[in-house]
Amino acid sequence: MANYIVKSNLRPFIFLTHSLKIMRKIVYSLALVSIAFSSLFSQEEDEKKGHFSGNFQIDAQTYMEDTITGADKAPEIMLMNSYANLRYTYGKLTAGLRFESYLNTLQGISNAYDGTGIPYKFFNYKSDELEFTVGNFYEQFGSGMSLRAYEDKTLGIDNAFEGVLVRHNPHKGIYLKGLVGKQRLFFDLGPGIVRGADAEIQLNEAFKLDSVETQITLGGSFVSRYQADRNPILKLPENVAIMATRLSVQRGGFSIVSEYGYKINDPSADNLNNYQPGQAIMSDISFTKGTFGMVVGGKWLNNMSFRSSRSAQNNDLMLNYLPAISKNHIYSLPAMYPYATQLNGEAGIKAEIFYRLKPKTLLGGKYGTLITLNYSRVQTIDTTNLPMLDSIRPHWNRYETSFLSIGDERLYEDISIDIQKKLSKRVKSFFSLQYSAYNRQYIEGKDGMIEAFIFVGDMTFSLKPKHALRAELQFLSTKQDYGDWVTAALEYTVSPHWFVALVDQYNFGNSDSDKQLHYYMVRTGYTKGANRIQIGYGRQRQGVICIGGVCRMVPASTGFNISISSTF
Amino acid sequence: MFKSKQPAMYKFLFISLISALALNLTAQNIPSVEIKTMSGKTFNTADLTNNGKPIVISFWATWCKPCVKELSAIHENYIDWQEETGVKVIAISTDDSRSMSRVAPYVNSKGWDFEVYCDPNGEFKRAMNVANVPHTFLLDGNGKIVWQHTSYIDGDEEELFEKIKEIK
Repeated sequence: MANYIVKSNLRPFIFLTHSLKIMRKIVYSLALVSIAFSSLFSQEEDEKKGHFSGNFQIDAQTYMEDTITGADKAPEIMLMNSYANLRYTYGKLTAGLRFESYLNTLQGISNAYDGTGIPYKFFNYKSDELEFTVGNFYEQFGSGMSLRAYEDKTLGIDNAFEGVLVRHNPHKGIYLKGLVGKQRLFFDLGPGIVRGADAEIQLNEAFKLDSVETQITLGGSFVSRYQADRNPILKLPENVAIMATRLSVQRGGFSIVSEYGYKINDPSADNLNNYQPGQAIMSDISFTKGTFGMVVGGKWLNNMSFRSSRSAQNNDLMLNYLPAISKNHIYSLPAMYPYATQLNGEAGIKAEIFYRLKPKTLLGGKYGTLITLNYSRVQTIDTTNLPMLDSIRPHWNRYETSFLSIGDERLYEDISIDIQKKLSKRVKSFFSLQYSAYNRQYIEGKDGMIEAFIFVGDMTFSLKPKHALRAELQFLSTKQDYGDWVTAALEYTVSPHWFVALVDQYNFGNSDSDKQLHYYMVRTGYTKGANRIQIGYGRQRQGVICIGGVCRMVPASTGFNISISSTF
Repeated sequence: MFKSKQPAMYKFLFISLISALALNLTAQNIPSVEIKTMSGKTFNTADLTNNGKPIVISFWATWCKPCVKELSAIHENYIDWQEETGVKVIAISTDDSRSMSRVAPYVNSKGWDFEVYCDPNGEFKRAMNVANVPHTFLLDGNGKIVWQHTSYIDGDEEELFEKIKEIK
C-alpha cells in the first residue's frame, strides 16, 4: 500500500506523473483480473457474465477568513476529499478497489489523511457455503460489541482490515466467520494484529423447526489483539481478548436482542492504563402490533474501549462499536448537544413509542397522524477509587465497581415528542418538542450542565405537480453555552432534478451582543438518476456531527462548497 | 510474466482488457451478500425475487428524513402500482446496531407493507455502490438494474413510476 501514497507536499507535476502511474497500474491490474476471469470461467459465460460497477464522490470547499465568525482562511484556500470505488464481478469472484484523494483534507476531518492512494483493494470468492476475502474488508460480529470494522466518510472513519476473512456456512442456519488482519489508520496500518472468530446459529433453520413460531438465534464471538510490549515501566499484556455472546428471540411482533461482552485487562490511553477487565451488556426489547410500536432498551458498560493500538485516540483504530443509547436527532438544533458513548463507563436506558392514529378518526384527521415519544437517560456507573499499590510498577485497577451499578452523575437526558401529520392533499407537517440535558462538565471538562428546550416545525406545500416548497423553523432555548438560537429554512424543489435552499441560523440569544450572528447558507443542486451535483455558499457554525454515537468536531468556516456524486 | 514492465506487454494487456470487456460486460445483477430479515434470520440478496416482475430496491434509514418521505410517498401509491405493474418494493434499512431495533416498530406504525431487510454494516450498500441514502434501484424482471436514483425530493416517486411502466 505504501508505495501508492503520494504525499501532498510534493510539487504538482510530480503528483500528476504519480497519478498517471497509479491509473496505469489500476488499468493493468484490472486487465489482468479480467483476463484471468474470462479464461478461468469461460465455461460459465452463458449464465454469469462479468461486469464493472462503481461510484465516485468529491466534496470540496473554499475557506475564507471571516472576522465576524472567527473562521480561518485555509492556506490552500480550497480543500477536497474525494474517492472512487471500482468493482469487477465475474460469477463467484469479485475484485475491487477504492482510490482516495485528500488534497488537502477538509477541516474537521483529521489531516493525517492528506495525500492520495489506494487504501482499499480486495479479491473475494463467494459460493453458497464458502466465502473468502483477501485484501481489505469490513466486518461486524453481532452488534459490534466485540468487533466492527466500518466506514463513514462523513465522520472520516474507515477502520477496514487488511488481511484475510473466511466465512463458512456448513449447514443451514449455521454461520461461521474467521479473520486475521491489521486495521487501517489513514494511509497506513495500525500496529495491532487482530484475530477474530464468530459463530451464529439460527435454531429454527438448523433444526428444521419450521412450525415453531418463536425464532431463536444464538451467537458468540472471540477477538484477540496482539501488540508488542515495549513499555519500560509497565508490563503490558501483549495479547488482549474480548469475548461476547448474544441472543435474539422473536415471536410475532415481539422481539428481544441482547449481547454481553467481557474484555480481559487492556491498559490503554483510553482508560489511563487501568488493568481492570471490562464488561458490557446491552438489550433492546421491541413490540409492535397494528399501528403501535415500541422499543425499550438498557445498557451498562465499564472499561470497554477496544482498539488495535493501546495508544490510539480520537476515532482511530476502533475495534469494537458501542453505540449511544440516545436517539439520533435529525434536525440541526435538536442535534446541537449530541451524546457519544462514554467508553470508560456508563449506564443508560431508553424508551420510544410510535403510534399512528388511524385516518378518519377524531384525532387522526383525514389522513392519520403519527406520534413518536422518546426518552433516554445516561448515568455514570458507581465506582470506588483504589490506591496505587506499587509506584515503581503501577499495575493496578484504578477503581472497583459492581456489575449494573449506577452512579450519581447524570451524563445525558432527553425527552421528545414528534407529530407527523398530513393536513390536506397538498400540505404535510411535522412538529417536535424536546428537552435535552448534556453534562458537558463531566464529558468535556467545562461549561457545567447544558439544558435546552427545542421546538421544530416543518411544513411542505405541494404548489403544483412536481413543485414543492418546504419551510422549516427551529428554536433552541438555553441559559448556558451560546444561549438561544433560531433556524429558518426555505427549500424549493422541482422534481425530478432541481432544488434551491436558503438556511439561516441566528444566535439571537448570545450573551455577548457582538456574537449574535447569522449563519446563512445558500444551496442548489441538480440530480439526474444516480448523478448529483450540489453547490453552496455560506457560513458553517462550529459544531459536532455525530453518527451512531461517534462524533467529530467541525470548526466554523465560510466559503463555497461543491459536492458531486455518481453511481455507475 | 505479469510483472513484465515492457510497453508491448502493457499494450497487449490493454487490448485484451478492452476485448474482455466487450465480450463480458452486461448489465448489473443483484450481488450476492448476506443481510438480515426483520426476525434476525440471515438472507442472501441473490434470492431477492419477484417472479419475473419489476423490483424496486430502496436504501433508507430511520434517521434519514428524505428516505422516510420517499417510502411514505411510495406507500401511498403502492396498491395502484402493484395492480398496474406487479412491482415489488424492497426497503433495505442501513440503520446500524444503534437504531436497528427501531426498524420493525417504525415500519409497522407507518403501515408500510414493503419487504424490509437490515444491512447494519453496509455490506449490501457497498456491493451496490451506494454512496448516500436514499438511493433507489429499479430492476427488471430478469433482476437487471435498469435505472437508479439518488436523493429524494417531493414528486420523485412519479418519475420512478414512469420508469417502472417503461419496463413492461
